[in-house]
Amino acid sequence: MILTDDEKAMVDGERGAARQKAMELLVRYANALGAERFVDVTNVAGVPGSANPFLQNYYKNKSAGDRDAIFSYFDLDADELIDVQEPVVQTYHLQGGADPEQWETLGVKVEVFRNHQEREAFAARHGVDILKTCTPYLAGNVPVKGEHCAWMESSAVIYCNSVIGARTNTEGRESTSAAMLTGKIPDWGLHRAEHRAGTHRIDVAIPVESVMDWGMLGYFAGDVVQERIPVLTGQYSQPDVVRLKHFGAAASTSGGVEMYHIVGVTPEAATEAEAFGRRVPLEHFVYDEAERRRVYDQLNSNARSTDVDYVMLGCPHAALAQIKEAAELLDGRKISANCRLWLFTSRAVKHEAEHAGFTKAIVDAGGVVMTDTCSAFAQAIPPGTRVAALDSAKQAHYLPAIMGIQAWFGSTRECIEAAITGRWRGERP
Amino acid sequence: MTTTNPSPPLGSGATPERRPGATIVLHGRSVVGGRAEGEALVTRQTIPGWGGVNPLQGVITETRHELRGISFKDKVLVFRGAKGSSGWSAMYHTARLAGTAPRALIFNEMTTKVALGAVVMRVPSVTDLDRDPLEAIETGDWVVVDGDRGVVEVIKQPRPRL
Repeated sequence: MILTDDEKAMVDGERGAARQKAMELLVRYANALGAERFVDVTNVAGVPGSANPFLQNYYKNKSAGDRDAIFSYFDLDADELIDVQEPVVQTYHLQGGADPEQWETLGVKVEVFRNHQEREAFAARHGVDILKTCTPYLAGNVPVKGEHCAWMESSAVIYCNSVIGARTNTEGRESTSAAMLTGKIPDWGLHRAEHRAGTHRIDVAIPVESVMDWGMLGYFAGDVVQERIPVLTGQYSQPDVVRLKHFGAAASTSGGVEMYHIVGVTPEAATEAEAFGRRVPLEHFVYDEAERRRVYDQLNSNARSTDVDYVMLGCPHAALAQIKEAAELLDGRKISANCRLWLFTSRAVKHEAEHAGFTKAIVDAGGVVMTDTCSAFAQAIPPGTRVAALDSAKQAHYLPAIMGIQAWFGSTRECIEAAITGRWRGERP
Repeated sequence: MTTTNPSPPLGSGATPERRPGATIVLHGRSVVGGRAEGEALVTRQTIPGWGGVNPLQGVITETRHELRGISFKDKVLVFRGAKGSSGWSAMYHTARLAGTAPRALIFNEMTTKVALGAVVMRVPSVTDLDRDPLEAIETGDWVVVDGDRGVVEVIKQPRPRL
């Protein structure tokens, strides 16, 4: 591959050991992809230095001062301990760890929480801005159209590409940590204009309006196109941030969609012709009532009991408008004694919700508002949970598999009603 | 009255290249170098990462996945590609540390997830093969992967009776 003088200097170790190891990893990665060069990135979102209990234990006593074992061996996949260097580009920490105040509610042990705190302090000390959210675009990191980024978190990647028009592939733990130290990522895939055009067409033949509608449509889109680029045309009404957040999270869960176009809505799809560019659609799919029912049934496939003991909202992390909606739907009522309601959001949005009084309304009803993580990510549900109700297709996909529980998928309103009555009364569309 | 046909002898219906002991050679592109061999585990489905795999046990856990509950430890994993979470590489990186990783990867669809995952798993990996490996290789075949040259040698094995 072709390396610039700057990149060669890093490979040769002239910019320090951490940048050298980062560049070596990026060269291995670029060769694996078949990329010929790197592109300069200006915005990195990853989880540098973070560690679950397995990694904590695996690398225990292997650090030496600021030569951090987890960062050296895991983040950079290096074979030697190195001193961590400062990021060369703006870098943000995505979700992880546990709520800083209510970690005990999550069931996190004190030593595990202390480890999370230490790893967060490590990242912050090395120049990483701590957002602790899967929705950086709602919490202080909004890229601009055309900006080359290196982002993790599939639901954020798809939003970054499709809604904002910035450019990132789905990066991983190791590549984002390497990008932070070098400002480089392989010039491959969605960094290149010709690879951003649509590949498949989805005709939306039924009205798609609610957040739940958009979540189901996203789950359908990911299922049928897998990792390709769908172009949607048809009967949707103008979506907002929340709808596209749920659409993208679902599409990147049932498949590996990293980019989509909605004709007349997203920035690289003013027309269908622009969305497809020079490509001819490989296949056409129709999203109709039968497909919607199939998606709904898939997302509700393992639930049997209508006795709901846990309602989780905030996947991806709730926007301010969703916390407000939850507070309004609760409407002064109390959550059932047999049920728990946990809502997850970012620290930034929780701060706003507290000032607006929305958090208090949820807490007064018996709910909990937490940050940094979610039930699937933290593998944390209220003790004794057997049946959950969820308003996120992504969470409904993951949580039953991860925690071995039953889960219902429905609208936010149906979930809130389940929290109040302890019963699932969701309606099959 | 119903009759039950006796099972046909092993391999009797197979084409010559699918008979036990037959060898098929595929040529492709190196993703990660090195050489390894082992028993094939084949899926036409994309493989999930975070949330759909237990790296400490080396098994796929995703609901409705055809490999659910099946171990990929020490197998030559033959698959369509990677899907789902950006935690893909970190999960299979963890599998390497836990000693549950596959011995080699053979896949069809290149993505950043599978490329980075293969790199940090440090196992011989190939893609862009001149024949569809999902057609040529069946679960249980013995497969030799030369990640440096991008060559895959498949030694067909007797199929288990169902």
